[in-house]
Amino acid sequence: MVSEAARPVVTTRPDDTGLGARIDGSAIGDSIYRWMTTAFALGIPILLLFIAIEIGAAAWPALKAFGFGFLTSSDWDPPHNIFGAAPAIYGTIVSSFIALLIATPLALGVAIFLSEFAPSWLRQPVAFLVDLLAAIPSVVYGLWGIFVLQPLLRDHVMPLLSAIPLLGQTPLFEGPAYGPSMLSAGLILAIMVLPFISAVSREVLMAVPRSQREAALALGATKWEMISDAVVPYARSGIIGGIILGLGRALGETMAVTMLIGNVHKISASLLAPGYTMASLIANEFAEATGDLHLSALMAVGAVLFVVTLIVNGLARWLVWRVSREGQS
Amino acid sequence: MATEPPRAPVPTAVTAPPPAAGAERRRLEVASLSAYYGSAEIVRGVSITFRDREVTAIIGPSGCGKSTLLRCLNRMHETVPTAHVAGSVSLDGRDIYAKGVNAIEVRRHIGMVFQRPTPFPTMSIRDNVAAGLQILGRDKPSRAETDHIVEDALRRTALWDEVSNRLKDSAIGLSGGQQQRLCIARALATRPAVLLLDEPTASLDPISTQKVEELVYELRRDMTVVIVTHNMQQAARVSDRTAFMLMGELVEIAATNTLFTTPSDSRTEAYITGRFG
Repeated sequence: MVSEAARPVVTTRPDDTGLGARIDGSAIGDSIYRWMTTAFALGIPILLLFIAIEIGAAAWPALKAFGFGFLTSSDWDPPHNIFGAAPAIYGTIVSSFIALLIATPLALGVAIFLSEFAPSWLRQPVAFLVDLLAAIPSVVYGLWGIFVLQPLLRDHVMPLLSAIPLLGQTPLFEGPAYGPSMLSAGLILAIMVLPFISAVSREVLMAVPRSQREAALALGATKWEMISDAVVPYARSGIIGGIILGLGRALGETMAVTMLIGNVHKISASLLAPGYTMASLIANEFAEATGDLHLSALMAVGAVLFVVTLIVNGLARWLVWRVSREGQS
Repeated sequence: MATEPPRAPVPTAVTAPPPAAGAERRRLEVASLSAYYGSAEIVRGVSITFRDREVTAIIGPSGCGKSTLLRCLNRMHETVPTAHVAGSVSLDGRDIYAKGVNAIEVRRHIGMVFQRPTPFPTMSIRDNVAAGLQILGRDKPSRAETDHIVEDALRRTALWDEVSNRLKDSAIGLSGGQQQRLCIARALATRPAVLLLDEPTASLDPISTQKVEELVYELRRDMTVVIVTHNMQQAARVSDRTAFMLMGELVEIAATNTLFTTPSDSRTEAYITGRFG
């Protein structure tokens, strides 16, 4: 029961203990919350800026000494203080490209199967197993690559590739099959990025509204036509987002690639020949680098990897933006 | 009643439509149809005939099974997990639920438009209208033919003047009413014999609603139209005959004028006079 005496207090003096005081209080809480979240949000770009400045400063001596040649030269000779990072840059881009080339169709196939075809009792276990691939430490991938994948490639797959008429004669599959190669690094990367692409694609495919599916079916589409003409196009910007996520992982992956790529500082057109990546180069040499210029050159490789990642991600974002704008303008 | 024609080995008899029964031709005949989700019976033993070149409206309170009945007419009901159907639906005398009938083919002859506009967001206006033609496989019309069919469908839905200069733009840029007329154009482009409309104006403003209603009124000249609506005025405006459903059952079907002025069932009278629903 509300007492009659309490009422006048609330209505006549709003700034005391009534409604007015409560309105003021909530506004203060709101602004604290806003400043806190703003500070957290600003922290990320500030951190990124610091990293960029630090790496840039450390890399500056090497970049000044070799100029643009640092990016185009293949000479990497620490005893004589000559540094050119072209093979590592090339290797990072090519191995990531191979990885995406193999992983994207596979991951999309898995995602489409799980979201459209798999019975519900199968969907969860298979999705879990695919996601589990992302949880395996990369050094384990590397070991598996050395003891299982690489011998298999060397003894069976590589001779087969070289034997393909026409394609086998191109520089792409030239030379002896050692095992450690761009191909095996690309393959291991493909397995490692597959769960990322597949998980994101599965989520966006399952988020396609039922109305879109029904619209296609009502026009007389088969299940396959419904998927290819309505469901996948609807989800395409999300799928591209998943591919970017995979690409980011492939560009920076270090351990497994270092164990499989052969670590040879040389650009070879052949995928069967060994190569190098920027991440592997830093990982292999940083502990033993003694000269100042050598250290600075490794930092410069780090800076280039940083910039390449930014550029590739920027390009991919632009692609997503263009694709989604196409669907809306 | 359409009886089974004698199985004479006459090649032309296979494609010829069954003879018209009386003045009005029975295009779509539903016989003791029940529709289920799991074990829940949503439509209970409905028998109803939809005549050629007529608009039939199905009215009734929410949850009475009118949309489910509509979705049984082009075998869309069964695309939902656990959904199933008993009884028969005959298109020109052929049971669409018979063994050996392809649901995909059925849907190519019986078009459908939904409550909310469902344009394909990644396709242009032209490609949206042509979407049903593009999935026809080998029977796909040529580019020039497709352009012609698209223009025709857009003209029939009174969209041509509004969009003819931006056919390549995305369909998402259209207003809600335009999008719904685009979806009707998309359904018309494949030249279906029957068009099913599931509360097509439920999400539209009054002016767009009026345009869609005028369009539905026009469509009766070439096809069978079945429209589900919860709006009795709309049923009265656009339909030749109206069916009233309640709790999964067909209460009565009559000429629209008759049903709204002198209904034969007391439940129909209670509903149209606003005593429930």
